[in-house]
Amino acid sequence: MSTAPQLDIDLIAKLARLALTPGEKAKFAQQLGDVLHHIEQLSKVDVSGVEPTAHASPVFNVWADDIAQPGLSAEAALMNAPAQRDHMVVVPKVVE
Amino acid sequence: MNYEAVIGLEVHVQIKTKSKIFTRVAAGYGHEPNTLTDPVVLALPGALPVMNKAALDAVIKAGLLLGCDIAPVCKWDRKNYFYPDSPKNYQISQYDQPICLGGSVEIELPGAARNLLGQHKKIPLTRIHLEEDVGKLNHGATDSLVDYNRAGTPLMEIVSEPAMHTADEAFAYLTSIRATMIYGGISDCDMEKGQLRCDANISIRPVGETKLGVKVELKNLNSISFVRDGIAHEIKRQLAVVERGGTLVQETRDYDGQAGTSQSLRSKEMAHDYRYFPDPDLMPVKVDEAWKQKLRTECPELPFAKQERFFKDYQLPYTLTSVLVWDKDLADYFEEAAKLSGKPQAAGNWIVNDLLRELGAAKLDLLTSKVRPTHIAALVQLVDSGAVLTHAAKEIFVEMFATGDDPGAIADRRGLKAAPTDAGELEQWCRDSIAANAKALAEFKAGKDSAINAFKGSIMKAAKGKANPKLVDETLRRLLAAS
Amino acid sequence: MSSELFLRPITELATALDEKKLSSVELTQTVIARTKAVDGRVKAFNSFDESDALTQAAASDARRAAGQARGPLEGIPIGLKDVIAVTGQPLTASSKMLANFVSPYDATVTQKLKHAGAVLWGRLNCDEFAMGSSTENSAFGPTGNPWDTTRVPGGSSGGSAAALAAGEAIATLGSDTGGSIRQPAALCGVVGLKPTYGLVSRYGLIAFASSLDQIGPFARTVEDAAIVLGAIAGHDERDSTSFKTDIPNYRAELATRKGPWKLGIPKEYFGEGLDPEIATAVEQAITFYQKQGCEIKEVSLPHTRYCLDTYYVIATAEASSNLARYDGIRYGHRSKNAADAVDLYSQSRAEGFGPEVKRRIILGTYVLSSGYYDAYYLRAQKVRTLIRQDFLNAFRDVDALLTPTSPMPAFKIGEKADPLALYLCDIYTIGVNLAGLPGISVPCGLTKSGLPIGAQLIGQPFQEANLLALAHAYEQAHEWRNQHPKL
Ligand SMILES: [Mg+2]
Ligand SMILES: [Zn+2]
Repeated sequence: MSTAPQLDIDLIAKLARLALTPGEKAKFAQQLGDVLHHIEQLSKVDVSGVEPTAHASPVFNVWADDIAQPGLSAEAALMNAPAQRDHMVVVPKVVE
Repeated sequence: MNYEAVIGLEVHVQIKTKSKIFTRVAAGYGHEPNTLTDPVVLALPGALPVMNKAALDAVIKAGLLLGCDIAPVCKWDRKNYFYPDSPKNYQISQYDQPICLGGSVEIELPGAARNLLGQHKKIPLTRIHLEEDVGKLNHGATDSLVDYNRAGTPLMEIVSEPAMHTADEAFAYLTSIRATMIYGGISDCDMEKGQLRCDANISIRPVGETKLGVKVELKNLNSISFVRDGIAHEIKRQLAVVERGGTLVQETRDYDGQAGTSQSLRSKEMAHDYRYFPDPDLMPVKVDEAWKQKLRTECPELPFAKQERFFKDYQLPYTLTSVLVWDKDLADYFEEAAKLSGKPQAAGNWIVNDLLRELGAAKLDLLTSKVRPTHIAALVQLVDSGAVLTHAAKEIFVEMFATGDDPGAIADRRGLKAAPTDAGELEQWCRDSIAANAKALAEFKAGKDSAINAFKGSIMKAAKGKANPKLVDETLRRLLAAS
Repeated sequence: MSSELFLRPITELATALDEKKLSSVELTQTVIARTKAVDGRVKAFNSFDESDALTQAAASDARRAAGQARGPLEGIPIGLKDVIAVTGQPLTASSKMLANFVSPYDATVTQKLKHAGAVLWGRLNCDEFAMGSSTENSAFGPTGNPWDTTRVPGGSSGGSAAALAAGEAIATLGSDTGGSIRQPAALCGVVGLKPTYGLVSRYGLIAFASSLDQIGPFARTVEDAAIVLGAIAGHDERDSTSFKTDIPNYRAELATRKGPWKLGIPKEYFGEGLDPEIATAVEQAITFYQKQGCEIKEVSLPHTRYCLDTYYVIATAEASSNLARYDGIRYGHRSKNAADAVDLYSQSRAEGFGPEVKRRIILGTYVLSSGYYDAYYLRAQKVRTLIRQDFLNAFRDVDALLTPTSPMPAFKIGEKADPLALYLCDIYTIGVNLAGLPGISVPCGLTKSGLPIGAQLIGQPFQEANLLALAHAYEQAHEWRNQHPKL
């Protein structure tokens, strides 16, 4: 983070599966450039020897016993599906 | 130039739990589409994961069985990628802190002959981690259909070091993993049901070179024999490319087991960047000594250790052990029969030769067979005591297999028992026979032990085939010694 | 009982219901009528189901008649931010992406409110996927501040704050990731409580940033907030981050928990950018506590200036992953212009998400991407540790902290076009989320132009009872709770 951030908006939009218009790309690149510039401040903090916080109040071994409980019916599972057939979700043909 | 192949395997094993890994809806195979889902499986807005304790137990047990170090603390990470079978578009997995590290899989390579013990080797493991399975895509002509029943099934990924060199090693490695998982009750490892899946990383390099060559990932090795064939095929393909003076490219290839060919998969349009980060919805896991100890007590003896013990304790031949030890139920069955009968090898022979043949022919399995270890032991003792003859015992076995009746009862009912001979009558038959065979008597006296058989035919004839051969033999020897 | 039933607190209405001076159906009808009268201007609701609410109210009245009333929330209409799942009701996150989504399941807080006998009333507007501080980022249009409908109600839970302030519900729930309950509560002149991370289950709350999100109540009074918190708090086995802790009777504790308290005033919260009228109002609150015998101590939270950056890295990173599920495959908006499966994702998400959501997904994807993870996400998590330590250090000397909630009162809709300027709205509230602490905003005055001001009290982890008692002491000594917007 010592160098100025380089946000390759095409690559990131592809990774994020967002089809951005050229206008959006230009605008976001500029706006996020400002935000990233601001975020650069974090590089000033001395974090040597500091553990990262992933959870505000961490506890270990939060689990449930292996007891099967009823779930959703196929109808309820698919009630919001944009396209369905034979109780399955239809998607464009996936190649590979 | 001489080349060697270097093979590393990534094996995915579905863990046999009642519910899914991060929610309590049932896990299972062969159900109607999308009937094993809930808000968590479908990644509905607002749904949250909760760990399944049994999945953790299973992977720790697998780690203990394979000699891994169990990490004192491990955590969950999100592997971010978009795919229609992945409901959240990230997979909950373990990235830099897997639950099991190191360990190894013991394998046996094919012996010089089918009935000879092969060389044993240990294939080192890199890691085992726990993750969730994805849904299933059914490809149609113009679209694909998604069934999320499989999504969220607990899955362990066993990653080997690149330490195998032949297709046979890979085959033996997978065989050993499968047996270990079945033994541990961790998975049924039915490849047809996708419970065991294998990807192979294969490269070749000049013998003596220590750097790895260009790696090809071979996918779709979805039966245990396809693993062997696919890898052999890929090694041959790579050697051919190099011998032609060509260069190998890093790629993923799809193996078609039916056709015995492989095909390069269209290279992904962009390099993967999974953006792993710790899953904030799940808490880390701490494994203490007590937990490990408890699971250790549930760890069964593994096939190779069992084989050693069968050699030592029962003096079984390789041919019997190599059948018995790979199936825990069969090995347990054998041990019970061996102990009850006191004649391990005889019991082993009945089980491996007769029982397995009848089970195969009747398409039955051991656990539901009417023939129990007590039956085997009783039959062995009937033969051993001379109460039934071998050919009669075979007949008894067939009926016992069909009915589950006691072998002694069958022998009585069918008149297959050696007759409970009157000692005086038997002695008279023996005397008669010795008197009628002067030549055999002379030979026997001259030290030819097998000459004794010459007396037995007429005795058996007199006894209508039902004389106890052991008793006949004893009586003959006593009289011969005295004559 | 005043004719403006819809502006009365739960405590009064519950008594009237208990004494049979009022039925839940009557109360619900009043709230419905008020909503129909004013929501054309306030626009706090994304949707509501009048007959469903009346059915719930009738069921509540029947329970009460049968002697099976379930407590102080029995029959009380409570509105939910449109990020909390209710079976059979729309759940949109104020996004085109989920415009037609109907939830097949209940959030845990929803179930708890149902068990408490509440009448669930309406789906309240918010910033799309709770991303924003003004409720202008809603796909269904902005909500107006009831005190001046040309101004924002704050956000992201702006609909929840505005509906309550306007008398369109008796209490509401919001969610708070970086101030999304406290800041709109301040801007709309109501009480807003963000509980300790882990006190209230997140199951069924549309996730924005999983390690920061908490559901909490908006209420007219601190006592009402204590009642609603008591109903929704508690361990939930469906949320692994929910904490196992005893839930006190928050309402009863209001009377028993008395000072003298030691109050810390973090000096970093009174610097540049703070509106002078707000500074004055908060200083008067400090003076009040001092007069009550509280010890006032200036404290320092030295990493405060890194809160905003830390927050935007962590929140957007988590959001980029949390929002990956909105892909138009199993549910949600599906583009009709997609060439193939990959394109289906990109087009559906491009069409379904608004600009602020896209911006944050891009930022979050970037900070997690290969080569940048250590510099951004991992570093932010470490700075987060330091920020939390700042608070815990301060709590060695004091029981709670007192700060302004928002640096500015309600601003005009459309006034802040630059994302960074909007991000600065949250500078006093973000630290609380990063540290996982409870925070409450209580009304503490009006500006000269008549806009509400809020003061924020920040408590120690799981010490909501103390925080509520402190806020209650201030509230009861002032008349702000009896001031209502003229609509
Ligand atoms: Mg892998
Ligand atoms: Zn995997």
